[in-house]
Amino acid sequence: MIMHKDKYSDRKFIIYGFFIFVGFSFIIRLLYLQVLDNEYAYAADNNARRDITVYPPRGLIYDRNGELMVYNEAVFDLMVVPGQVKDIDEEMLCQLLEIDYEDYQKRFKKAKKFSSRKASIFEKQLSKTQTAYLQEKLYQFPGFYVQARTLRKYPSASAAHLLGYIAEVNDKELSSDCFYASGDYIGKSGIEKSYEKNLRGQKGIKKLLVDVYNREKGAFHEGQFDVPAVNGQKLYTGIDLEMQMYGELLMQNKIGAIVAIEPQTGEILAMISSPTYDPNKLVGRIRSANYSTLLVDTLKPLINRSLTSSYPPGSTFKLAQALIGQQEKVLNNNTIYTCNGGFHYGGLTVGCHPHNPNLNLQESIMISCNAYYCNVYRSVIENPIYRNSEAGYRKWREYITKLGFGVKYGIDLPYETTGNIPKPEYYDKYYGKGHWNSITTISLAIGQGEILATPLQLANLAALIANRGYYITPHLVAQVGDSTKRNALYTKKNQSGIDPRYFEVVINGMEDVVMKGTARSAFIDSISVCGKTGTAQNPHGENHSVFIAFAPKENPKIAIAVFIENSGYGGTWAAPIASLMIEKYLKGYINSARLPIEKRMLEGNLINYHAR
Amino acid sequence: MRDRNLIWRDMDWITVGLYLMMVFFGWISIYSAVFNEDHSSIVDLSQRYGKQLLWIGAAIFIALLILLVDPKFFSQFAIIIYGMHLISLIMVLLLGKEVAGSKSWFEIGSFAIQPAEFMKYATALAVAFYFTNINPKVSHLRATIIAAAIIIIPAGLILLQNDTGSALVYVSFIFVLYRRGLSGNIFIIGVLFIFIAILALLLESTAQKMVLVGIIVAILAAIFYFSRRTLRNGLRLGAVLVVLTAYLFSVGFAFTKLQPHQQIRIKVLLNMEQDLQGAGYNVHQSKIAIGSGRFFGKGFLQGTQTKFDFVPEQSTDFIFCTVGEEWGFLGSSLVIVIFVIFLIRIVFIAERQRSVFAQIYGYGVASILFFHFTINIGMVMGLLPVIGIPLPFFSYGGSSLWAFTILLFILIRQDAERMKLL
Ligand SMILES: [Zn+2]
Repeated sequence: MIMHKDKYSDRKFIIYGFFIFVGFSFIIRLLYLQVLDNEYAYAADNNARRDITVYPPRGLIYDRNGELMVYNEAVFDLMVVPGQVKDIDEEMLCQLLEIDYEDYQKRFKKAKKFSSRKASIFEKQLSKTQTAYLQEKLYQFPGFYVQARTLRKYPSASAAHLLGYIAEVNDKELSSDCFYASGDYIGKSGIEKSYEKNLRGQKGIKKLLVDVYNREKGAFHEGQFDVPAVNGQKLYTGIDLEMQMYGELLMQNKIGAIVAIEPQTGEILAMISSPTYDPNKLVGRIRSANYSTLLVDTLKPLINRSLTSSYPPGSTFKLAQALIGQQEKVLNNNTIYTCNGGFHYGGLTVGCHPHNPNLNLQESIMISCNAYYCNVYRSVIENPIYRNSEAGYRKWREYITKLGFGVKYGIDLPYETTGNIPKPEYYDKYYGKGHWNSITTISLAIGQGEILATPLQLANLAALIANRGYYITPHLVAQVGDSTKRNALYTKKNQSGIDPRYFEVVINGMEDVVMKGTARSAFIDSISVCGKTGTAQNPHGENHSVFIAFAPKENPKIAIAVFIENSGYGGTWAAPIASLMIEKYLKGYINSARLPIEKRMLEGNLINYHAR
Repeated sequence: MRDRNLIWRDMDWITVGLYLMMVFFGWISIYSAVFNEDHSSIVDLSQRYGKQLLWIGAAIFIALLILLVDPKFFSQFAIIIYGMHLISLIMVLLLGKEVAGSKSWFEIGSFAIQPAEFMKYATALAVAFYFTNINPKVSHLRATIIAAAIIIIPAGLILLQNDTGSALVYVSFIFVLYRRGLSGNIFIIGVLFIFIAILALLLESTAQKMVLVGIIVAILAAIFYFSRRTLRNGLRLGAVLVVLTAYLFSVGFAFTKLQPHQQIRIKVLLNMEQDLQGAGYNVHQSKIAIGSGRFFGKGFLQGTQTKFDFVPEQSTDFIFCTVGEEWGFLGSSLVIVIFVIFLIRIVFIAERQRSVFAQIYGYGVASILFFHFTINIGMVMGLLPVIGIPLPFFSYGGSSLWAFTILLFILIRQDAERMKLL
């Protein structure tokens, strides 16, 4: 084991020598590469890489007839990679961008603070002349380059609330989704927001080589590291653009909302919130100024009243009471209640307008008798099969909820509100448990009091009645991309729990409303419209006018709710506007006999009421 | 217990110090090579420098374990260790995961290990064991053949994994054999064969090759003329002629059997082809990166070439680029000087061993590290063909770092024991 001096021991010197020889050769080679030969250092200067984000075109949006509602327009941003900027004529660049030197330095510092190797936006949305000029002169500004992005364009200048708008991501969005980079656009409202993930597509990356003169020298590694962009998905909405635009026209100079739904599918045909604005105003460089103007407008044009504002539904709510009463077997068409100027109980009176005192159910709808529905409501709440008034109210509330009130549907638009159907606990708190009953809450019978509903919920009630018992969750987008797979939420039938046979008398009553009742102004001689007017009391001024309807009576194609603030009776404004919408949708034109009505509606200016 | 404390006294701290220096400098380079502003924390395990930090920690733990083991364990169980590693090579061929055309990784969860890396120290142990326990009656030739078999078997298995670079490392054992008495002519013959191989590739047509054969005949004839003109000498020279001619033609044939990308790499090296986008690309970019460092370098994290992925595999096989670019001629020469001192120190340690086993093992360590150092840096600087093997202690990767650490610390453990073998 123990070693003796071996005869090859001297060979270690050859090995030492060999190691030193290799090390020495390497150092000579390094000297040559790094010190003596400039060629490589020069090549490195020519070796700047630029990663350009390829922004995919955002998904296009179509109406139900294939009409384009939103498309894209290219704009250009000036980008800077601070680490690659050297020896540039700053003054010239300032002139080009029409900024002062101080501003230039501020921007440059900000970009450098973000990253010296990664690009940031130096100037947003260059004008066309600036872009053209810059492209020419870019070789003088190494580190700067022009990048294409897309902005939205709305050819019809309508449906602002539905489409929504896109804007630059804020810090919160930046940090919560790594998809976005500073300066990227994101849907902020409307379907731009709710379908953001479908519309945005996938960003691509193009890696380019750039030489010292800021000239692009072709693809890095022949493009093998490039990531292709994937286009955003198209959205096919159920909107009828023509009707949408017509509705917006009818609603000009009025405050309110129109919601039209296709009953069989739940697709929204039109959704108007007035006042509205031209969506093109919230695009590009003019965006922020216009946004501020819209934001401070007292009429709140940015709000989508169709599903964000809630109003007392007024007499339209009587339709729901009629359905519940029948289903609860406390009411049938032969039930007669007498009205002597209203509903009287103890010292309490709910007034009614003068009419033939004895009414059956169908007539009560046409006449819209308050006393009749106070009695119906009372018989539901105080039904002896329930333990007490509270139990009766709970049952009633269960029905009302199933009829689509006091709940959110999950429509594909942001900011949907629930409206309000008070919980029993609310009255317990207000009056004390056991100290309230149908009389205390009697105003609910006629859609007044604490009760609130959105125009969308009222349109949905019309659709539910049109379907004789169920509704499909209302939605704007029928199809996403090329896939025919539908969102299960938007195909499911939501049953109301009301037997279809109880709808007949209600629908007949609604037909009478238009033929000979409170909404004769909605009568169209070739279409059987079934409707119901309502007037929502407004303690702050003129009452709000409501009308809900569907048509035609058999196999309905459209259900609609029209809500107009401060316009008085439902029959005066809401009903004619609804009928014009129906006629436009079903026939495509307005019968010449009805043109005077159209003219009156178009010219009506109800905003002054509000200002008063 | 007293023995354990002695380790700290008798351990060769110079080598350990150089080791720690290289590991640290290596990590700095990896950090710089994959530096990403979004993940600048050094312990970010999603980044390579974070992982490497973890592996360095583990490597130091492994080193401590080895120092605590009785040194006789390695000399006595050398063959068993060697056998177990051979089995792991066979296992990886059967069960391993294929990465980039080589089937050389075991995957355990998200963790991958490369058995070929660990085979090196096991082979060094086995060679040392063989020469220590050699039967003196065995002929010199036979001893050489058995030693060669110990070396060639793992190399062959690694070649089957399609990992040519790791297989070539076993060539380095020639140094060990040389030190044990293998004729120095082996190097002359080796150089001659490489020279003829290069000529064979450069002279593509048969006619050109025949000219070369003619020249060889002339040289041999001259040798015959000036040496003793006996029949025996004549036959010898005739045999040499036949072997060289056959070799000359078979090289060309063997070349066509190589994979296309390997053919191109060799052609690029011989300047037979300019291919700046394909196989030549890596080396071209790596030369640009090193060259752009100039004398003082661009400074830490200031490299532009090694970031932005101009240089592929910048944190593994091409890590030296980062050193060249950011630390310049000064820094990269220093790294080479450190490496040479380190290698000389290892040979020095080997020479001072009283046990044959430890001495031969020490030579194995030096040979393996020297081979890696030479091939890797030669490749990065465009002096040698692109053979993907890591730069010891620098390149990113857990398996290689651990394997080199084991390799080194077994020697350090043996060395710390040398005093007791008086
Ligand atoms: Zn009445």
